[in-house]
Amino acid sequence: MLAKRIIPCLDVKDGQVVKGVQFRNHEIVGDIVPLAKRYAEEGADELVFYDITASSDDRVVDKSWVSRVAEVIDIPFCVAGGIKTEEDARRILEFGADKVSINSPALADPSLINRLAEKFGTQCIVIGIDSYFDEETGQHQVKQFTGNEKATVTTKWNTFDWIKEVQSRGAGEVVLNVMNQDGVRCGYDIKQLSQARAICNIPLIASGGAGEMSHFADVFNQADVDGALAASVFHKQIINIGELKSYLKSEKVEIRL
Amino acid sequence: MIVIIDTGCANLSSVLFAIERLGYEVTISKDPVVLQQADKLFLPGVGTAKEAMNNLIDRDLVAEIKKLTQPVLGICLGMQMLAEGSEEGFAEETVINTLGLVDGFVQKMDVAPLRSPHMGWNQITPKLDEPLFKDIPAGSYFYFVHSYALPVNENTIASCEYGTPFTAAVNKDNFYGVQFHPERSGKAGAQLIKNFLEL
Repeated sequence: MLAKRIIPCLDVKDGQVVKGVQFRNHEIVGDIVPLAKRYAEEGADELVFYDITASSDDRVVDKSWVSRVAEVIDIPFCVAGGIKTEEDARRILEFGADKVSINSPALADPSLINRLAEKFGTQCIVIGIDSYFDEETGQHQVKQFTGNEKATVTTKWNTFDWIKEVQSRGAGEVVLNVMNQDGVRCGYDIKQLSQARAICNIPLIASGGAGEMSHFADVFNQADVDGALAASVFHKQIINIGELKSYLKSEKVEIRL
Repeated sequence: MIVIIDTGCANLSSVLFAIERLGYEVTISKDPVVLQQADKLFLPGVGTAKEAMNNLIDRDLVAEIKKLTQPVLGICLGMQMLAEGSEEGFAEETVINTLGLVDGFVQKMDVAPLRSPHMGWNQITPKLDEPLFKDIPAGSYFYFVHSYALPVNENTIASCEYGTPFTAAVNKDNFYGVQFHPERSGKAGAQLIKNFLEL
């Protein structure tokens, strides 16, 4: 059976792995390559690297590290950040990334998704979505340019409508990051992820809110996502990936040990 | 000499690094002389069958690949290219002719209600005593990412199931192919590449 995936996310800023709380106050966690290697050895199923400054600063991600990661890593990895054209995507894939993830540029020009899917195949086109639940209006809003708090804008898109839109344009996977939960470690937003799951026929990855091992079991068993992404619990060594996977196996989650 | 056939596809370097991690030297080339002299060859591929086939035609590689007699390992789309044809193109009504080195036609996977593409780590069932799967523990997971697949046929040497069974590995004469990505499949994948290089 297809295993559920545990995906550490490494937020990259100026060549270093960083972590902030709700997208603010970034602190340096460590160098990219040793961290990536450690996660692969501990049993991570996949890695995601987000250059969190790229889109909002209007520059392309510095790619030299992609090749260094590809040299040492024997699990798949995805690169996100500032990919605006087919040429940007081609270069990152040529450096050895397995997938590219598009967020703000897809919102600016949704036809980019179609062009990338035609050129490289849908399977390597991931769409990252930053979703914010506005309690006052009860709306799930898609945010753009979240790498920089001052540049962040609320788009016209409702989260679930945007998921349907990106699927129809050829996205191969959705990473749904619930911003209300990001970095606060009180659990994935099961309700929102379940709603997304119901309309998402491509792989769906949960992001935002992991704080303890039971949160992972809950999101797999209750929201039926294909993968769970987390950052701080792994960086701060609150959760060990090997132990997490043994625990999930005991909770009857299909997992690769 | 180990050669990765330069198909113009984007994932050449990840295959290159995986071979180098095993301690082998490897060359990327589309030169017919280099291809002929190679001991082992890799045919990588990502993207769509139509685009990949056009790349091979543009590079005059179709006849060169067909006349190889050394072991050749197609990976993912590279494996699909070995088949007789593929449904995958910009207009899906037509079948694209591929290399025709192993039997069968690549089809869109029918996986509903499961999600497509088939993306992630899955277990496979190899035939007994297949040298390509030597020293790989039963139940090992390999990394897959695809939405088209070759149905199981007489050239299948390992199958996988996602919705329906499909070919995870294939062999006919000197041509081998794997639907998964051994270069991204951890220890099991590294062992498979090593097994191929030691054939």
